[in-house]
Amino acid sequence: MGVDQYLFLLNSLKWTLILSAVAFAFGIPCGLGVALMRTSDSTPMRWLATRWIDIFQGTPLLMQLFVVYYGLALLGLKLDEWSSVTVGFTLHASAFLGEIWRGAIEAVPRGQTEAAHALGLHYWSRMKDVVLPQALKISLPATIGFLVQLIKGTSLASIVGFVELTRAGGIIANINYRHLLVYGVVGLMYFCICWPLSLWGARLERKFAAASR
Amino acid sequence: MAYKFDFGAIWEAMPQLLAAGLGTLGLAVAGSLLAIVIGIGGVVLRDSRLAPARWLVMSFVELIRNTPFLVQIYFIFFALPLLGAQLGQLLAGLGLIARPTNYLLIGPWPTAVIALGLNGGAYAIEIIRGGVQAVPKGQWEAGAALGLHRATVFRLIVLKPALRAIYPSLTSQFTLLTLTTSIAGAIAAYELFSEAKFIDSQIYKPFEVYFTITVFYFVISWFMNQLFQAFARRYFSYPTK
Repeated sequence: MGVDQYLFLLNSLKWTLILSAVAFAFGIPCGLGVALMRTSDSTPMRWLATRWIDIFQGTPLLMQLFVVYYGLALLGLKLDEWSSVTVGFTLHASAFLGEIWRGAIEAVPRGQTEAAHALGLHYWSRMKDVVLPQALKISLPATIGFLVQLIKGTSLASIVGFVELTRAGGIIANINYRHLLVYGVVGLMYFCICWPLSLWGARLERKFAAASR
Repeated sequence: MAYKFDFGAIWEAMPQLLAAGLGTLGLAVAGSLLAIVIGIGGVVLRDSRLAPARWLVMSFVELIRNTPFLVQIYFIFFALPLLGAQLGQLLAGLGLIARPTNYLLIGPWPTAVIALGLNGGAYAIEIIRGGVQAVPKGQWEAGAALGLHRATVFRLIVLKPALRAIYPSLTSQFTLLTLTTSIAGAIAAYELFSEAKFIDSQIYKPFEVYFTITVFYFVISWFMNQLFQAFARRYFSYPTK
């Protein structure tokens, strides 16, 4: 494998990282919306958020990408691969982050909400100033865990036709026939991104577990 | 102009899709069984006194958990035939077989089972290990004090609470593995996604085809969850205090 092929892989790694970052960034507000709906007092809202989460947790990510890809086209939205894949991953992230943060919101002791109520705080202030800051801390290890899942998941964009790290590896391997070397290097690149994140998440989890004891 | 959905063509392809659904279920069951075997074996090695064995299992778990399944399955798909060729040479060299034979040219479907088993196994190791640690040491000691053999203590005292502790995470891992089987289509293993690609190439109805199999996956995972919950209610709903 020549220098330019390694450079091609590194350049594609950039697309993997951009795709992950954009999907995560869009996924945060959408996921927050899902989590708030899921924990709201309104039954239809809760029902809607629960079904949304069920659909994304009960189907393969690969199929979600395909359905979004062809579904958007049918809706008359002529999107390029980049946009439709981003929409797919954002919707996916909204459901998973929504479920993670629902758990975190429910893990904040009920007395906190009641105390905020007693102080006369309305819903938004109660959430923004009292519940969510505590929930964020609780949810951090799981959120980092999902970020790792998301980075690994972006490899599936290659099947839809988006050229990121895995697709770039496939292109190179089809030229030089050194599949093991190429996929070994590609795997190592993912590992170098994901492993530090996993270690960070595990460390936070231990820290919080020790603090709550 | 509004698009007119055409599920009629899908209806005609339904027998093919249902058959491919069996391919998916087969992958899920075989992959999960292999994952359990790897998971239990991995835990035994992970907590053994041999430092290299412990190190090997830990590296395996970290490596699998921090790389995409798609890259893993491609790697295994290309590694197995090479490994088989080497193995054939070695066995022939030792005089165990007459001429070098590649035993690992096994086709995409068994390759996918191996990849799913290795991937699921890495997660299973972490989960099962948590279950073994969840049973207090005093339970083992109490059993020993009653004069029971270590294996008997495990079977009668430790096993059920340990299973109960890991049951939710283990079963959701099985569901996840079932959904992951869709990626096996990337190496043309016979399952729903590869069959959907084939049908789409004939009738040019991508949305209808992929939407239909997405519903299939949803039904499969929903049914699995119901089954797992019913089993848990039957066997694990006993008071603990």
